[in-house]
Amino acid sequence: MQYMCLIYASESTGPQHGSPEFGPYMQAYQEFTAKAQEAGVLIAGEALQPVVTASTVTTENGKPEIMDGPFAETKEQLGGYYLLECANLDEALKYAAMIPTTRHGRVEVRPIMTFD
Amino acid sequence: MLPPYSLEQAIENIVREEWGRILASIAKTLGDLQLAEDSLQDAVEAALKDWQKNGLPNSPPAWLITTARRKALDRIRRSNRFTRKRTELAYLIALEHRSPDLVDPVSIPDKRLEMIFTCCHPALAEKTRIALTLRTVGGLTTDEIAAAFLDTPTAMAQRLVRAKKKIRLANIPYEIPDKEALPTRLRGVLSVIYLIFNEGYAASSGPSLTRVGLTDEAIRLARIMAHLVPDQTEVQGLLALMLLHDSRRLARVDRAGRMIALEFQDRKRWDKSKITEGISILKSALQQQQVGPYQIQASISALHVEVPDWGDTDWPQIAALYNLLHTIQPSPVVRINQAMAVSYAVSLDAAILMLDEIAAGHDVSSYKAYHVARADMLARMGQIELSKQLLEQAISLCDNATERDFLNAKFLALYP
Repeated sequence: MQYMCLIYASESTGPQHGSPEFGPYMQAYQEFTAKAQEAGVLIAGEALQPVVTASTVTTENGKPEIMDGPFAETKEQLGGYYLLECANLDEALKYAAMIPTTRHGRVEVRPIMTFD
Repeated sequence: MLPPYSLEQAIENIVREEWGRILASIAKTLGDLQLAEDSLQDAVEAALKDWQKNGLPNSPPAWLITTARRKALDRIRRSNRFTRKRTELAYLIALEHRSPDLVDPVSIPDKRLEMIFTCCHPALAEKTRIALTLRTVGGLTTDEIAAAFLDTPTAMAQRLVRAKKKIRLANIPYEIPDKEALPTRLRGVLSVIYLIFNEGYAASSGPSLTRVGLTDEAIRLARIMAHLVPDQTEVQGLLALMLLHDSRRLARVDRAGRMIALEFQDRKRWDKSKITEGISILKSALQQQQVGPYQIQASISALHVEVPDWGDTDWPQIAALYNLLHTIQPSPVVRINQAMAVSYAVSLDAAILMLDEIAAGHDVSSYKAYHVARADMLARMGQIELSKQLLEQAISLCDNATERDFLNAKFLALYP
């Protein structure tokens, strides 16, 4: 079963780019990705550019309406994701807890909907 | 002749007793708690009709489980989940043609432990865990649970439906957690059971006496757990703790429904059989030498109920146990209780000093228990005016009528 791990954190907290903590933080991500890959649970995973780059689209009578910024202005923003193949929620939660951002942010775990 | 005892009542009792075990077994087969529950409910309705006409079957549990499986098969056939449930379907068809009398109820695998772990999963909200455990393992009806929570039956039904949907869609497993996760998850289950107990215990002195059933239900759940995981001493510790607390049920309130402090309770009204059972369970748990918070709290409770008179209480021992509890599970509440014990075991000055330390480390301004303890100690030191002020503060923090009345009575005793 597939689970989406959505990584949320405030962009101003946690290790910042250029700080001494940033290297080990990235290293931790590499180690997690390798671990998930080795265990055969990793399907995909990416980091997102900062929220200043976000554009939000809706359509009104078929016409796109584009807005600058994220879907919702919240303190914690979506910063990346992992898509994992796990036996059950317990396994997915076990891996989610290993994602380095959980130390200063939060990871939302959602099962992927299957159509049959 | 047998006493008048209606068949409906007999059926109700059987269903209540067997509900959890049968439901857990079908849920494991189907991998779908909602479908399992609906099918079992169908079977219960069929039982009411069939048993009234034909009398009780040889083995009611076997009859219920066979019928529930058939009902599940009907439900799957009717629904559009036909293809997705192919494996379950094949299994059910294989079982369908067996006569209920061929199903040996003893051979029905007991999957209640798996189901308890699912219901108490940390991915569910605390209130949901409690409600779901009462519904699935305890066999309480949605209406009964709603009444216990002072919720509407509709809101409670929705909560339960949502929870079962999450269990199915997110694939929360029906499994006993692995060794690594077991201690934490077991603590979660025990905390749910203790919350059920406290819900009933706190209410048993309030206006809503309907909730008294929850203390019995929590004790029943703990008995089931003690049977399923006999090697976990904290389960026995919790069972003992609840029995010992519950032994004082009748003595805790006066005729007018007012709370009576331990000190003034009529000890003759304590339930001797619960005390004896609680202490014997606690003793056998302590022998295993895997001490934990519930066993320590039960030991403290045992020291209170073992003595014939308040004056005989072994305060040094109680203070020492609170100290041990605080090292395992540090919290201001435990410290406050320890200070109360110290006030009797050592001196009032030593106890006040402990309260000062708590106040230095925590914001106690809205901490009711702190003010009550300090007020009690100050009154015993003769500082009535200060004591009165603190009690007033505590009373203003009360949100429970019975407790407020209790503190008001204490207040009047100090300041007639």
